[in-house]
Amino acid sequence: MAVDRRIFLQETGKFLILTGAASLAFEHVLAGTPEAAENYHLKDHWWAMAIDIDKCIGCGGCVRACKAENHVPLEPFYFRTWVERYHVKPEDPEHPEVDSPDGGYGGFPERYSQGDGTKNFFVPKLCNHCAHSPCVQVCPVGATFESPDGVVLVDKSYCLGCRYCVQACPYGCRFIDPRTNTVDKCTLCYHRITKGLTTACCEVCPMGARRLGDLKDPKDPIHAFLRDHMIHVLKPEMATGAKVYYNDLDGSVR
Amino acid sequence: MTALDKDKSHLYRLALLFAAGFLAFLVLRAVMVPKGFGRYGHFRAGALTDIRSLPVSYAGRAACADCHSDIVDMRKGSLHAQIGCEACHGPLEAHATDPDTTKPQLPDGRALCLGCHLENVAKPASFPQVDPKEHGDAGPCTSCHNPHHPEIS
Repeated sequence: MAVDRRIFLQETGKFLILTGAASLAFEHVLAGTPEAAENYHLKDHWWAMAIDIDKCIGCGGCVRACKAENHVPLEPFYFRTWVERYHVKPEDPEHPEVDSPDGGYGGFPERYSQGDGTKNFFVPKLCNHCAHSPCVQVCPVGATFESPDGVVLVDKSYCLGCRYCVQACPYGCRFIDPRTNTVDKCTLCYHRITKGLTTACCEVCPMGARRLGDLKDPKDPIHAFLRDHMIHVLKPEMATGAKVYYNDLDGSVR
Repeated sequence: MTALDKDKSHLYRLALLFAAGFLAFLVLRAVMVPKGFGRYGHFRAGALTDIRSLPVSYAGRAACADCHSDIVDMRKGSLHAQIGCEACHGPLEAHATDPDTTKPQLPDGRALCLGCHLENVAKPASFPQVDPKEHGDAGPCTSCHNPHHPEIS
């Protein structure tokens, strides 16, 4: 059967257009309903936090606010953020004495005395929202992830509770929520920061020692903070791309 | 039917089997992989919306200032001017949404102050700290200090 060139081109054209349209339609069906248009755009943000060690007074306000805002279990071993007290003998900075009674929830009862020649300070800790998170890399199901705006989050409906990520986090920022048996961690108050609010811990910090920052916003004061201070992240040797930036972090802090 | 055609028929059956298997794979994949998985990365895109839709407990100081501008004015120029209202008054989103039904509790005018200002060697030396045995009497701090403008002139 000889095929006319015109017919051949017509049929091929129809085939190409129809398969294209069908695949687009199938993609649309798979994708589900598109999210409602809002004025928050994932691509315009890259969240981070700046912590000024020199300002922290160890009041525990951040710990209490975090638990209240995010309904974290009140038992003393579940924390999305907590505060540590360091007690460093100047001649032995590699072996600091660290304590964190109830994560700093109720403040820090005095343990040390003035003028004993030691260095004492508080270090607030939370998820470092790493750009290259070890916890995300080990999740076998894609339940924990780095969001396009730089926040490490957990999809609770997808988490198996296998605890790989709890072990992988070099900062100890994850725990298993006993109520759901899924992993829980700091979300950088994602439900607040996407509405234009700051995190609960930053909102209540009386000293302004913790400040949320958007690294993609050129007007954000975090740029000045990072430029004007001596900045360090926790465990830089692990190349996690940590985005919690500490001012005046002592070398003894682990 | 030639012998050649007869020999081919098992190949057609095999091809049909493969096609059916591929179709089953596509259908299973469409059913089992959650919607939006992989749109932004190896995760379910809807998780972002789920987490964003969680309720807020702390309204933020801007919400307080909408009504309580007198307190904002009182705090101006004081050492406490930069402290968030909810740092002392607690989470008040419910009060901000419906001021009439939910009323905030007045914080304790001694325990709350000492939560920050009690002496501790680990606190920065420049931070004002007191030993309650030496400073003031056993009464509330608020009998001398106005918590919204604590400096005594």
